[in-house]
Amino acid sequence: MKVVQISFLLASRNLWRNYRRTIIMLVAISVGAWAMIFMTALMRGMVNEMLRDGIRSLPGLVQVHNSAYRDDPSINNLVSMTDIEIETTFAAAGIERYATRVRVPAIISSERESRGVTLLGVDPLRERSIEAVGSVIAEGRGLESIDDNGIVIGKKLAGKLDTEIGKRIVLMSQDPDNEVADRGFRVVGLFEANLAAQEEAFVFAGRTVVQKMLGIDGRVSEIALTGDDYRNVELLLADTRRLMDGRDEVLSWQELDTFLGTMLGVMDGFVLVWIVVIFLALSFGLVNTLVMAVFERVREIGLMLALGMRPSGIMLQIIFESLLLLMLGLSIGNALAYASVIPLKDGLDISVVAEGMEMFGAASVLYPEIQVNDVVLANVVVLTLGLIASLSPAWRASRYEPVKAITKV
Amino acid sequence: MSAVRCVDLCKTYRQGDQDIKALDHVDLEISDGGFVCLSAPSGGGKTTLLNAIGGLDKPDTGEVWIAEQRIDQMSKGELAALRLSQIGFVFQAYNLIPVLSARENIEFVMQVQGQPTALRRDKAMAILREVGLAGLEDRRPAEMSGGQQQRVAVARAIVSRPALVLADEPTANLDSTTSDGLMALFVDLNQNHNTTFVIATHDQRVMGYAKRLIRMLDGKIVDDIDQQAA
Repeated sequence: MKVVQISFLLASRNLWRNYRRTIIMLVAISVGAWAMIFMTALMRGMVNEMLRDGIRSLPGLVQVHNSAYRDDPSINNLVSMTDIEIETTFAAAGIERYATRVRVPAIISSERESRGVTLLGVDPLRERSIEAVGSVIAEGRGLESIDDNGIVIGKKLAGKLDTEIGKRIVLMSQDPDNEVADRGFRVVGLFEANLAAQEEAFVFAGRTVVQKMLGIDGRVSEIALTGDDYRNVELLLADTRRLMDGRDEVLSWQELDTFLGTMLGVMDGFVLVWIVVIFLALSFGLVNTLVMAVFERVREIGLMLALGMRPSGIMLQIIFESLLLLMLGLSIGNALAYASVIPLKDGLDISVVAEGMEMFGAASVLYPEIQVNDVVLANVVVLTLGLIASLSPAWRASRYEPVKAITKV
Repeated sequence: MSAVRCVDLCKTYRQGDQDIKALDHVDLEISDGGFVCLSAPSGGGKTTLLNAIGGLDKPDTGEVWIAEQRIDQMSKGELAALRLSQIGFVFQAYNLIPVLSARENIEFVMQVQGQPTALRRDKAMAILREVGLAGLEDRRPAEMSGGQQQRVAVARAIVSRPALVLADEPTANLDSTTSDGLMALFVDLNQNHNTTFVIATHDQRVMGYAKRLIRMLDGKIVDDIDQQAA
């Protein structure tokens, strides 16, 4: 214990012996740690936003469909329970954050243009609880009830159709008998979404109105359920599967959108690679600093060995020195990273490159997110690898022959 | 009981194309409480002999015994433990640890030995007074003169009352008054605590304090004088 104390004292004093070299190394470690954490926060922000947008457009963390729906998302493949049975069952189970929806492909036509869209018959009150696309109304009003006769479309789509609030459009789809089902709607609101593609893809009408239009009274295409954490859906998934009792297919968002699902794992791997690559660049400086520190103190090391300090005590000194340097650098780097992210809490506008970013589902504003796990990972990796890198100079120092080291000029 | 026993010690160094015999079949026995000076011209082998006795250097052949323990076959760890518990060193150059104060340098060995903080602090302060450095305890080596540094090194060597003190030119950087004071301290420890001293020196005044004077030349003991008898 006493050897640990004296080794720590010597390490802390020796650290500032060549303060210029120490400061240069501290700057390198701090900048490295800052880069690891800040860049990871930007990437996490981007990926999380992509995931949230993806989950909003699904929407929900868990969905229930007819088991044939995923292969054929048509009006013939509806959830086995009626909307009233669903309400009763979910209410009894205490599940509140869900929405039942009719989702069918449709053609929307203004007096000038026609486009293919996904028609969603929704319950506006329930829809708010699942944070789906379409909830941010830019102009006009949102849907007010399941009987609302109006329609809400995306701003981009309104532009493409050359239509506006107050104008009428026609929606056309198929009923269960494969007959054309169509209806005129008045545009009552325009929604905004993070992704322009979402503004063009979805149109929202009252659920009962759409059910009547398609001749499927009381039936829905999907149930979307949400929770608090998209990383943790197992419990919600299990509860829902138990409620549906095998009658319909219950899938998590990772299963529904495998691209989104793999993003999290890929991101975690990427963060680790990124941290290790930065550390490798740092390690050259660290090892060089320690080797120089040992080289400059050969006589002292010889003296300490001659006086009876064991080689392990010498190793401990060099390792402590490395540890102190790393911990100090990491502390500064962590503080810098947090300080850099705070001013960006309202988002970093990257609209200059947004068109390119949208190709892989990213929004034009990034919200950097520092995750404690990433900070811990960066610090643990740097400390662990740093200590491993310092073992070689520490081992060399402990192997000196006292008599040769003392007489070294 | 003998404090030091060397049997047929040989040590050869390679210098360029030449082999230099630093120790040439040296036999030596120093009893407990001995006060021995080794005298030799430069390159005569006295520092090599001191290093071999202190376990800092291994002889090519022969045996070294300290307090009835054979040390020339010990591992590095065993030698470190032996030096820590039984031997005090004063080296030719100042050899203090630059980042530690005078008091911390003196406490170093005791701290490695695991002595309690308060005890080693008291001992360090007391020895600083004995070597005339009271008030300088917080100074680092760079803030002290050569003589002051040498006294700190001596204080560190004797503070934990080792059974054997090996000193290589301990008075080389001291004025005559300080040198006499230091030697008086050595004599006191030798007489009152039975500490064995082996001192390598060129200094005639230091030799005058020794009970036994050993002269070396070219790695051989050429003269062994019992000064008490004389």
